[in-house]
Amino acid sequence: MDDLYRELILEHYKHPHNHGRLEHPDISAEEHNPLCGDRIRLDLRIEHDVITDVRFDGRGCAISQASASMLTDELIGMPVEEAKRFSKERLLDLIGIPLEHNPVRIKCALLALKTLKAGLYGVGHAPDDDDL
Amino acid sequence: MTSSMTLDQFDILALRREFPILSQPMNGKTLAFLDSAASSQKPRRVIDCLEDYYRRYNANVHRGVYRLSEEATFAFERARGKVARFINARSQREVVFVRNTTEAINLVARSWGDVNLREGDRILLSVMEHHSNLVPWQMLAQRTGAKLEFLSLDGEGRLVLDHLDAQLQGVRLVALTQQSNVLGTINPVAEIARRAHAAGALILVDGAQSVPHMPVDVQALDIDFLAFSGHKMCAPTGIGVLWGRRALLEQMPPFLGGGSMIKVVSLHESSYADVPARFEAGTPAIAEAIALGEAVDFLQEVGMARIYAHERELLGYAIDRLAGVEGLTIYGPQTTEMRGGALSFTLEDVHPHDVAAALDSEGIAVRAGHHCTQPLHAHLNVPATTRASFYLYNTAEEVDRLVAALDKARNLFG
Ligand SMILES: Cc1ncc(COP(=O)(O)O)c(C=O)c1O
Repeated sequence: MDDLYRELILEHYKHPHNHGRLEHPDISAEEHNPLCGDRIRLDLRIEHDVITDVRFDGRGCAISQASASMLTDELIGMPVEEAKRFSKERLLDLIGIPLEHNPVRIKCALLALKTLKAGLYGVGHAPDDDDL
Repeated sequence: MTSSMTLDQFDILALRREFPILSQPMNGKTLAFLDSAASSQKPRRVIDCLEDYYRRYNANVHRGVYRLSEEATFAFERARGKVARFINARSQREVVFVRNTTEAINLVARSWGDVNLREGDRILLSVMEHHSNLVPWQMLAQRTGAKLEFLSLDGEGRLVLDHLDAQLQGVRLVALTQQSNVLGTINPVAEIARRAHAAGALILVDGAQSVPHMPVDVQALDIDFLAFSGHKMCAPTGIGVLWGRRALLEQMPPFLGGGSMIKVVSLHESSYADVPARFEAGTPAIAEAIALGEAVDFLQEVGMARIYAHERELLGYAIDRLAGVEGLTIYGPQTTEMRGGALSFTLEDVHPHDVAAALDSEGIAVRAGHHCTQPLHAHLNVPATTRASFYLYNTAEEVDRLVAALDKARNLFG
């Protein structure tokens, strides 16, 4: 339990950062995890190839929502090119819990990143889950 | 009732000792296995039975003329007989060994369905069906132009049967679960079978959740097909059963072609074996079938009526106790009347994955998700639920642990 739900995760889950919607976002993407019904929507504001603002909303388990919250913190001020290369290892590092052997929950953890990639690359052009 | 509620139907502790896995520690606690609706645990004698086959008489069946093969064939066919008696089939020829419920239903959809259904014919299902008893019919409808109709549910998750006779107009087949794997609802299969027959329809019953948990008598129910899985009834994975009325099976073409299902083969055509061999192409799951026979012996020695009574008592206790957990909603019937031991619930807005992970850390195994019933969850208007399900080896103490862990989870995530 303590392994799976670090204090930090529960904190982000209960008080998510950058939660909500942007008015007239430059990019907006939404992804689902059909296995558990988790849903994340990301709105991005982009100025001169830099992400200047982000909001997310959605519903799902603590891990999916907390990871979205943590990811948004990272994204603000990040060049689009860097965001496109944001790796799953980097996100899992942030989340800081061992999920390598938990194939179901890792999908929850990576849903926000998948949404980001779908938004930046365009649906259908984003890397597969395994190559995030 | 208290947690020390004694189950006088049988000695539950002695029974639990038959299941080696149950004495295993899980995350530092004793394992409380509350996910038997997904797959049950196996008693030692079933595990031993598999090993005995491989150690003593492993050989292909219906082929060799040597001693080992004869012994294997004898044990395999004896298992078929045990299964036939277990569900009160008229003959063991009515028992077809398949991999699981899913394959049994696909067999009927492919074999009976492709031959008998025409454009405009109807198949009547219900909103609570498992994907196994839905997708094969969607595929059949696409192949034949038949139409799917659905029985709806009332607020307690019971079938609405007020318009059944009208809904049966033009229906060729009713395909219905006897017990919902999510709501626990037990459907009045005998009555529906009677009315289906009066309307000229056949009825296939998905027994995946009923055959393991209560006495099921195909003659008393007067149904046409019954599908169930060994792995949910103390037997290994990889073995399941399609029971069908012999007269129907006799008229059905093969599903898969190959060895064992033929009489005479020439280069351009073949004649097919009698049932059930006609539907058992290729080498079957021999050890698993024999072990299913052993599981059936075990269940009958405990007694299906006692198993049902035990689960019902546990279910009643669980419904009472869970009512005390703040923010918890149980889906399906709120009493034990015509209800089995699959209890699905939500805990306020806490996601079922989080609930299940919290329970796991207490050594309690439950399932979270849509349980292969997406349309039912859409009907309930929840993306996912957490499900605790009971079997003969579960105890009131495990229910107490469930309740305590849920209270803890609510505090953590709430
Ligand atoms: C009601 C019901 N039908 C069908 C199935 C499918 O069983 P299997 O996966 O063994 O084919 C299940 C099992 O989850 C079930 O609960």
